[in-house]
Amino acid sequence: MKILVCISNVPDTTAKINFTPDNKEFVSAGVTFILNPYDEIALSKAVDLAAGGGNVTVINVGDASTEPTIRKALAIGANDAVRINAPARDSFFVATQIAEYVKKNPVDMILCGRESADHNGSTVPVMIAELLGIPCVLFAKSLLLEANTATLDCEIEGGKQVVNVPLPFVAGASEGMAEWKIPNMRGIMSARTKPLSVIDPVDVAVHTRHHSFDKPATRSAVKMVSADAVEQLFELIRDEKKVI
Amino acid sequence: MSVLVYAENLQGKFKKSAFEIVSFGAAIAHEKNLPLTVLSIGQVAEEELLRLATYGAVKIMKVEGEAFHALSDQTVATAIAQAAAADAAQYVAMTASFSGKAIAPRVAIKLKAGLADNVIDLPKMSDGFVVKKNAYSGKAYAYCEVLSDVKVISMLPNSYKLVEDQKQAAIVPFSPVLGAADTSVTIRETIRSADKVSLPEAELVVSAGRGMKGPENWGMIEELADVLGAATACSKPVSDAGWRPHSEHVGQTGIAISPNLYIAVGISGAIQHLAGVSSSKVIVVINKDPEAPFFKAADYGIVGDAFEVVPRLINAAKNFKAGQN
Ligand SMILES: Cc1cc2nc3c(=O)[nH]c(=O)nc-3n(C[C@H](O)[C@H](O)[C@H](O)COP(=O)(O)OP(=O)(O)OC[C@H]3O[C@@H](n4cnc5c(N)ncnc54)[C@H](O)[C@@H]3O)c2cc1C
Repeated sequence: MKILVCISNVPDTTAKINFTPDNKEFVSAGVTFILNPYDEIALSKAVDLAAGGGNVTVINVGDASTEPTIRKALAIGANDAVRINAPARDSFFVATQIAEYVKKNPVDMILCGRESADHNGSTVPVMIAELLGIPCVLFAKSLLLEANTATLDCEIEGGKQVVNVPLPFVAGASEGMAEWKIPNMRGIMSARTKPLSVIDPVDVAVHTRHHSFDKPATRSAVKMVSADAVEQLFELIRDEKKVI
Repeated sequence: MSVLVYAENLQGKFKKSAFEIVSFGAAIAHEKNLPLTVLSIGQVAEEELLRLATYGAVKIMKVEGEAFHALSDQTVATAIAQAAAADAAQYVAMTASFSGKAIAPRVAIKLKAGLADNVIDLPKMSDGFVVKKNAYSGKAYAYCEVLSDVKVISMLPNSYKLVEDQKQAAIVPFSPVLGAADTSVTIRETIRSADKVSLPEAELVVSAGRGMKGPENWGMIEELADVLGAATACSKPVSDAGWRPHSEHVGQTGIAISPNLYIAVGISGAIQHLAGVSSSKVIVVINKDPEAPFFKAADYGIVGDAFEVVPRLINAAKNFKAGQN
């Protein structure tokens, strides 16, 4: 069983987000980067699935600054890692790099987080699947493997769906698929010496260009309503905000 | 050439988000001086299909038949891409629902088009095509330019208003050709709670956190939601503890929502929670601790014990609703 887990390096969930004065770029100084929480779920699942004799490779598209996050993934239990040496330009770029890698190094399963904490797109797993012509189950809450098919539970509008897919496939892990694993001392020690290969990117057509960032307008000061005077709350909201 | 919108139906009915994306497509069509085609997949009655013309569709492509009863993402993506090619669509738009998110990236690749995913507003079209999206889990917006000739756009629900623009529309059957890869997923079971308002699309949301003490106390949260016609949501520790299903968990690692009104009961307002709800238009916070950080991110705040305040709010909501009728 060969499993590939796609990981991204994202600002810590408590990080304050700041941009350069022209709003063109994210300021990473002073920001701690972490393994994307959903990718961590995917990785934990992969490590569980491979426990009976399999190999888990983590792959990241990024420059050398992502290596601490890659080492963290190795400490959690991946066997080896690949870094495609290029900044993650957009999701099509990232997905193409990973799909090209898989064409040369076939796997049984590709696990991703269902979205990343920076772009929140959920696009990379789907694009990888489309580029490889295989199924993708996004928002997957559980994954059960039997011979050459997998059964997954996934979230849909107002409910859930149970699907069967043949191997290989891509899944986007949601909460519930696995428990987060905390690396132990042995994992951390062995992560230092596990293989991490760095490979060059392939050329990819440019379809989108990042323009700028902006922050949501701050809310006006909160209006306190006494707990004894809530009878008119909805009328107040209707009259003042016209949203209901 | 055209603007092609995919209008998703749920058991033969279009939801509000379908009319939102049709309105959005109509605005692009108007700006670019192109006709608006709307694609529908699956069994939908003619009367329901014609509702799409209320929001500006001049042509309705309908795909029906056995292969389109239980829809996998790959089947839908292939149908959309073929319809877009047949209609020479320059702009292809759909809702970024759970299934839309799994479809739009496939359509973009099939059409060799750039993808603008999860947009939250009408693109700026005066100079290029620049879309606005959420970034950093609701802490920022990103503007992104789509450079390709054909553009695929997915829009989050509740991001664009309904705009009526009645047209005479022709209904045209369309038959996509499916390949083996389009049908490799077998849908074994679909479970939906039909009577519940779906969270990502809900206009009103009542949400509760650890302050509710235990799952046995959710009756009043559900009642308040019921009276208002709102969806229910919760904080992460609540779903982690199994008090509520994961599908209700909002925040950075849960669902991101942008309802008109978000009522938070017994939720402290941690940064990861705020990330998923801060684009709500109006936020009401009920917390017994006047220092709770959520008050800083709220429009209305009530300091008090949820067990006393929520029953009063249920009454207030009943009176409000009665006054509206
Ligand atoms: C990587 C990561 C991701 C995370 N993602 C999310 C996420 O997506 N969503 C999310 O919600 N959290 C997330 N969290 C957790 C987050 O940090 C908080 O721990 C969580 O939001 C707190 O939930 P809470 O407000 O329900 O509970 P608490 O923080 O325990 O707050 C309970 C609140 O209830 C109030 N209260 C108690 N009793 C009453 C009463 N009788 N009446 C009224 N008020 C009362 C208290 O004053 C308190 O403010 C994440 C954390 C991490 C590390």
